[in-house]
Parts: sequence; C-alpha cells; structure tokens
Amino acid sequence: MMENMKLIADHLVYEYNKGTNQTVRALDDVSFVIHPGEFLGLIGHTGSGKSTLVQHLNALLRPDGGTIYYDGADVFEKSYDRKALRGKVGLVFQYPEHQLFEETVFKEVCFGPNNMGLDIKEVEQRAYAAIARVGLTEECLDQSPFDLSGGQKRRVAIASVLAMQPEILVLDEPTAGLDPKGRDELLSMIMDLRETEGISIVLVSHSMEDVAEYVDRIIVMDKGKILYDDTPKVVFAHAKELEAIGLSAPQVTYILQDLKSAGLDVDTTGITLAEARNTILEALHWKG
Amino acid sequence: MGIIHINKVTYEYIRRDEENNVEGITTAVDGVSLAVEPGEFIAILGHNGSGKSTLAKHINAILYPSEGSVVVDGMDTKDEDALLKIRQTAGMVFQNPDNQIIGQIVEEDVGFGPENMGVPTKEIWERVEESLKAVGMYEYRSYSPNKLSGGQKQRVSIASVIAMHPKCIILDEPTAMLDPMGRREVIRAVRALNDVEKITMILITHYMEEVIYADRVFVMDKGKVAMSGTPKEIFSRVSELRELRLDVPQVTELAYELKRAGVPLPDGILTREELTEALKKIRMMGQ
Repeated sequence: MMENMKLIADHLVYEYNKGTNQTVRALDDVSFVIHPGEFLGLIGHTGSGKSTLVQHLNALLRPDGGTIYYDGADVFEKSYDRKALRGKVGLVFQYPEHQLFEETVFKEVCFGPNNMGLDIKEVEQRAYAAIARVGLTEECLDQSPFDLSGGQKRRVAIASVLAMQPEILVLDEPTAGLDPKGRDELLSMIMDLRETEGISIVLVSHSMEDVAEYVDRIIVMDKGKILYDDTPKVVFAHAKELEAIGLSAPQVTYILQDLKSAGLDVDTTGITLAEARNTILEALHWKG
Repeated sequence: MGIIHINKVTYEYIRRDEENNVEGITTAVDGVSLAVEPGEFIAILGHNGSGKSTLAKHINAILYPSEGSVVVDGMDTKDEDALLKIRQTAGMVFQNPDNQIIGQIVEEDVGFGPENMGVPTKEIWERVEESLKAVGMYEYRSYSPNKLSGGQKQRVSIASVIAMHPKCIILDEPTAMLDPMGRREVIRAVRALNDVEKITMILITHYMEEVIYADRVFVMDKGKVAMSGTPKEIFSRVSELRELRLDVPQVTELAYELKRAGVPLPDGILTREELTEALKKIRMMGQ
C-alpha cells in the first residue's frame, strides 16, 4: 500500500506572522496523497494557500504542525536529506523565466544537476535530454536565454528543473501570460512527460477549462483548507460552491446546464469540449 | 474626430551582442494604421511577440515610432511639451498589479496621480472617492494594498488611472495573473467604465472570452494588423485564428465542433444564450 503513495501530506499547518496579532493560518490541517504517475490539479482563489502548500512539498517551508512523508520517510526529520528531496520534487514557480541567469541555455540547464554533485558527463547528458524533452532545438544551446521568446524562456526554466530528473513535477501556473497556442503546447508537453516518464504532475492553475481537460484529480483549496479532493467530474458538479469561493466550473458545463433548462436532454456532468459535443449530438439524435 | 490616430507606425530596435556590435534590426511594429473613436471598446489580440504590447506603449508615449506618428486627442506623442497631458489623457494599466501600486493604503495610491498633477487637495479627495466607487473598491479605501486579492489590486490600479480623468485607458493583459473571480471583476469594471463614463478602452488580452463585448477587435501578427472586425466577424474565422496561435471562446469552439458534425449552426456564436437559442430552434425543426 505504501509504495502506492509517493508523497503524503499529513495534517499540515502553517502560519504567517507568528507571534503577532496579525497571524494568518495559511494552511489549516491539510492532508492528501500524491500517487506515482498521477496528474493532479490544484485550484483555489488568490490567497487560498496553494503557493504555501506547494512550497511545503519540497521542504522549502517547514510546517508549524504535521509533516510530509516522501517514500515513507518524514522529510522534516533532522537527518533527512532535504537537498536530495529538492531534486526529486521539482518546483517550477510562476513566471520562472524571471529566474534565468546563466550566459547560455546549456549552462542554465546544467546548473541544477551540477549542484547535485553529479559528474560532468552525467550533468551534460541530462541537460541535453531535458532540452530535447521540452521541445527546444539544439540551436538554442549556445544562445543566451534572454534572447529567446517568452514561451521558449519558460521551456528553458522547465528544462532546468527536469534535468534534476524529478519524480514529482510541480508547476505553479505554467501557462500564465502565454498565448492560446503556447498554452496548448505547454500543457501537451507536460501531459507527454507524465505518459512517457511516469512523473507525477501537480498543476496549479486558474483555468478551470485546462484543469478539466488534463488532470486525473483536483484538490480545491479555500482559506487554507482542502474543500474538495476528487475527480474533475465530481468537483465540477459543485459549480455553486466553487463560485462562492471565487472559482467556477468550466464554461461548457454552464452551457450544458442552460441547454438542460431549455429542455434539451443533455448530460450536465460534461466538463470537456468533447463531452459537451457528444452529449449535445446525442440529445439532438444527430447521426454524423 | 478620433481620439487616437496611429498613422503608418513602424517601430524598430537594434539588437546588439555583448560587445555592443549590431546584430540586426527587429521590426516589432510594421506600418500599422489604426484610428479609435471616442467611447469605443477596442480589443487587441495577438500571439506572444506579435507586437501588440509594443504598439500599445506608443499610445501613451512610453515608446515613440521610428516612422509614422501617433496622435492622442490632437497631440502628437513626439511633442515633448505635451507628454504629461498625453499620459493623463491615455492612462495605462499593466499585467502585474504589484508593480503598479505604490501607496501604503488604497486611497493614497489613487490620490497619487491627481496630486502629482497639482489638483487642489479638496478635489483630490473627490476624485479618489468617485474613482474607487467606479470600480467598486470604495469600501476598501483604507486597506493596505497587500491585504487585497489580485482582482481587487488590479481594480485599484484602474481607479488610480481614472483619478487622472483620462479619456482613454490602455490595459495590457490586466487579467493574466488573476483567478476566475478576479478576471470577472476586472472585466466588469472595464465594461462599466466604458458604458457609463464613456471612457475609451483598449484591452490587450490572451483570453478570448474577454473580447466578445468589444466594439472592434484587431488581431496582430508579425507587427502588422492581420485581421480586424467585430468580435462576431473575427471569431467566425476559427481556422485563421488558430494559424495565428490564437483561439476562440469555448462557446464558439463548441458551436464550431457541432457545425463540423453537421449541425446547421450559424458562424460566430459568442455567448451561451446565442448557442442555447440556436440549438432550441434546430431541435424544433428536427421534430
């Protein structure tokens, strides 16, 4: 049973401004599990505690209560190798391209594995593989990361994390500011990573449509607590509750509800475009 | 007389390598002409690197054209004496609210612009009040900006611009960093200011849903205007938009997919109501 649980968050509590009269409980008894190879969506309005939670996953923040188990070991134990953990749980922050700093793309991507103390051959092999993995061409290798387009820079930033060969990849709003095609390309690439390498993915997103389309399971955060932890279909059936906390269901779900009220016999549990299309065609008895 | 005239504007910049040698010239905006009427709601779409932000920065004289001219409310942006007046006439709201708010409390931030313009104290307070009310943030006037959500901060940024009594506001991806509620709040405020106060709005965005209320849409590609028209006209051209790395609102996409499956729907459906109505009619015909 334990092998099936890559990471366990166990009753996490975290407070900002401790010991003042402005104490904010950012995480309030948060427990959940990340399974190997799982694609997990994390949603919640601004300030709901998502980013604080994400920083616990690789022990950047130390909880005030509760702990995290990685492969069964308590990562906040004194003797635990937290530096190694940061290679296993790769974190891609919002607008990661703002953190690029090296002279060339290749050096940038080598930085992480280099820091892990690997020998130079291994470092370089990993860098080449990671750059190819994110769909950048070899011509980019010697370019300055600052000469690349916004979408390419973001890929370099993701490659730098992938080069550490993480088992869990956490991405905090990786598509913010990208054009629609760029969003699709990036999400397909992430999907592909999960399928070919078996990496678990945690996607923090403000796009309900993207989450509905891609993830296996959704965790909804509100005021530092987990409100829902279930499949997208079950979570998005709570459209009213989600709206009350600043979120929503995907647009197609609302369309299906409208059609149902208008007397069309559609299945209102649809959350993706394909599901909506199929149930509408069925309700119209359309044979195409 | 239009409020903004962009006349054959080209903007080039010189790329240099580390030793400062010229590597080449990039043309970010390439011969764009565009006129905006007072009170219009204009949306500008375009993929990353299409030149839309560069063009927008010409309107309040952050950038100057290499060729051509930009005239805002009768003032040429190259006229240095008119600079302050131009920036009061055409205010700008950027993507990240945290980079725009400077005040310790909300009303101080909103009052900063008019204070800088030399507006008398009494009138500053009046402007602060009306601006915050216009974006629905008056009850937060004494809050510290860091206690606000992204959508609220962005509305304060808009209020700070309104307090200078602009005729036009340029919003450069104002919702890119916001959650769904924040996006709705900001777009609602933008539409209300356009409707009620008749402030000319120029909205740059990557969210197709935000564009459907615009009077006209311009799609940029490689520094040029590739498409222009009403939202309905633009979103009827699904495959062209996709070639330009863009998309259509999810409602429009669903209608497009149903049409491809043979359902006789009209092109350019933009809202849930339109789709429901159209499908109701089709079902009645089928029976």
